[in-house]
Amino acid sequence: MRNSDRKIKYSQAVNEAVSQCMESDPAVFIIGEGVPDPKGIFGTTLGLKEKFGSARVMDMPVSENGVTGIMIGAALAGMRPVMTHQRMDFMLYAMDQLLNNAAKWKYMFGGRSVPLVIRTIIGRGWGQGAQHSQNFQALFAHIPGLKVVMPATAYDAKGLLVSSIEDDGPVIFIEHRWLHDTVDYVPEEIYRVPLGKCGRPRSGDALTIISHSYMTIEALKAAGILEKEGIFADLIDLRTVKPLDLASIFRSVKRTGRLLVLDDDWKTGGVAAEIIASVAENGRLKLKKPPARITLPDVPTPTSPALSKFYYPGTKEIISKAAELLGLNNGKKLKLLSRIPANILQDVPDRSFTGPF
Amino acid sequence: MTDKERLDLYARTLRVRKIEEAIADLYPGQEMRCPVHLSIGQEVTAVAVCSNLKKSDYVFSNHRCHGHYLAKGGDLKRMLAEIYGKAAGCTGGFGGSMHLVDEAAGFMGAVPIVAGTIPIAVGAAFKFKMRKEKRVSVAFFGDAAVEEGVFHEAANFAALHKLPVLFVCENNLYAVYTPLRERQPEQQICGLARAHGIPSSQLHEGDLFDLSGKLRGAVAHVRSGKGPAFVEIFTYRWREHCGPGYDNNIGYRTCEEFESWKSRDPLERTAAILRKAGVLDAETEQRLEKKIAAEIGEAVKFSKAAPFPTRKDYDKRAYA
Ligand SMILES: Cc1ncc(C[n+]2csc(CCOP(=O)(O)OP(=O)(O)O)c2C)c(N)n1
Ligand SMILES: [Mg+2]
Repeated sequence: MRNSDRKIKYSQAVNEAVSQCMESDPAVFIIGEGVPDPKGIFGTTLGLKEKFGSARVMDMPVSENGVTGIMIGAALAGMRPVMTHQRMDFMLYAMDQLLNNAAKWKYMFGGRSVPLVIRTIIGRGWGQGAQHSQNFQALFAHIPGLKVVMPATAYDAKGLLVSSIEDDGPVIFIEHRWLHDTVDYVPEEIYRVPLGKCGRPRSGDALTIISHSYMTIEALKAAGILEKEGIFADLIDLRTVKPLDLASIFRSVKRTGRLLVLDDDWKTGGVAAEIIASVAENGRLKLKKPPARITLPDVPTPTSPALSKFYYPGTKEIISKAAELLGLNNGKKLKLLSRIPANILQDVPDRSFTGPF
Repeated sequence: MTDKERLDLYARTLRVRKIEEAIADLYPGQEMRCPVHLSIGQEVTAVAVCSNLKKSDYVFSNHRCHGHYLAKGGDLKRMLAEIYGKAAGCTGGFGGSMHLVDEAAGFMGAVPIVAGTIPIAVGAAFKFKMRKEKRVSVAFFGDAAVEEGVFHEAANFAALHKLPVLFVCENNLYAVYTPLRERQPEQQICGLARAHGIPSSQLHEGDLFDLSGKLRGAVAHVRSGKGPAFVEIFTYRWREHCGPGYDNNIGYRTCEEFESWKSRDPLERTAAILRKAGVLDAETEQRLEKKIAAEIGEAVKFSKAAPFPTRKDYDKRAYA
């Protein structure tokens, strides 16, 4: 689907969403470590300070916990803060404020909501290891009162971020570092992609593949290879992992009868587990094969490039699982796998990346 | 300090400088596939603090940890192998440059979450006190770490319980590309520790011997059981925040500021003192450099040739 003639990067789409929301609503402002610095959060905040001034485009002390609470207070008092974290690992200091206050305020008091957006960045690779590349979507999705958004494309990044900023509750908006440089057709004017509705980048009847964020890129690569062998997968890009668009998921699974869920997070208690449980609970869905999931293994992230190949799933794992779900014979499976480009490095988005992040 | 001791201390600092310069040179080869935060320009802090420590004392560190690790006696081969992602690395290829450890040397671990190891260092000091051990626990951290609440919680606890912990704040004026003045009001960082009831001093990087001498009192205070101490040391990072190059071109600090710090290179000033005292002549200097280069060359060769960790190592590591 082509929404515009203009192609821009995911990072620019994020930038544009913030910029247009700031133009249309003086209550919107952005704050975060490095927001006005020369690298501008991987390009996502470049130029904003020049446009809106340093009172609305702000750096902050390295005080994630306190400043999150302060932003909750500002939001309650009528502002619409967008707070950013260069890595999701850094916002763990702020768990109390987010889980106890932001998520619960409206429910506890029956009154004001907290229109706060936390923009936070996940990633993989280049030896960032145990504390610099964690993906915590499940942790936040578990908490009643938080929405969790994970765009895969530049188009969705802009539209979902506008919806998140305009939403009256707290939203955890998760960007993937490996998506920032990807390009897509993005309209210049402001637009919204609704929260809680999935996208459907490919349609087919053979099997349902559900993904979000970076794993959607891998899913698209896998779907492209399957198509060459005449196998058409139904791809569901969640866009929002909380709330889940279960109606669309059920509709697809009902048609295909085969389900594969991808999630760039640990296995136990994850988003993939939630989706599979929801499908299993639905008595009207008859699966032809047991559902499958591809996640990170339940271990912290190792740093050695040699270990990244055991850690990060990609196109190969998706094709292999899909072949299993489809009951393909080994020859057919090998033929599919042979179509994957050789020499993929698991620890970089592409070979032009020479580190560090 | 005897001349020999002074020369030895200088050599240790020079060694840290040369090792990090070697890392900067090798990094573009794409074999060191992890973030590196070099401490080039800041080395004297690490060496001056550690020159007052015993092997049985503990050091905890942050993302900019190479100097701390080496100054405490961490093994060079295992450090380089770690950065190369090899099984022979100090964590076996699981941690990379930001997670160095060498328990045998009393270097208990570095983590890149700002302020993350400050309470851990206090906890180790808590043990020393409970078991009446005359040991010192040191937390190295940057100027940004005092902005985290956990620093204050840990400092309060340490002061309350009179724990043998030395807080070392390396104030290099920046957190990534954000200057101190945009993160803290005009104040002294060591004043924050003082407000927690911790004896605190502000030290200028100066030369190695001066700094080492000034730190002697702080370490002695901590070891004597009188409670924690805090030192804020002004210093300056020469290279980019993360990575092997320079970043003066991107505009967050001026070239004049950089040049002014660089021209006051504490390592060079230390060398000048030794030269003037007739302890360091050209021949000695050459000998030192050659020895260090040989050691680095061997460690690099070892690291490059060392095998990567395998699937089996990986599976073994999982805990729960
Ligand atoms: C909790 C947390 N927040 C943010 C970061 C990102 N970060 C990495 S290093 C750094 C700056 C730290 O500055 P400082 O403590 O002064 O040490 P320096 O890098 O100057 O040596 C920041 C903000 C982090 N690692 N952890
Ligand atoms: Mg600093």
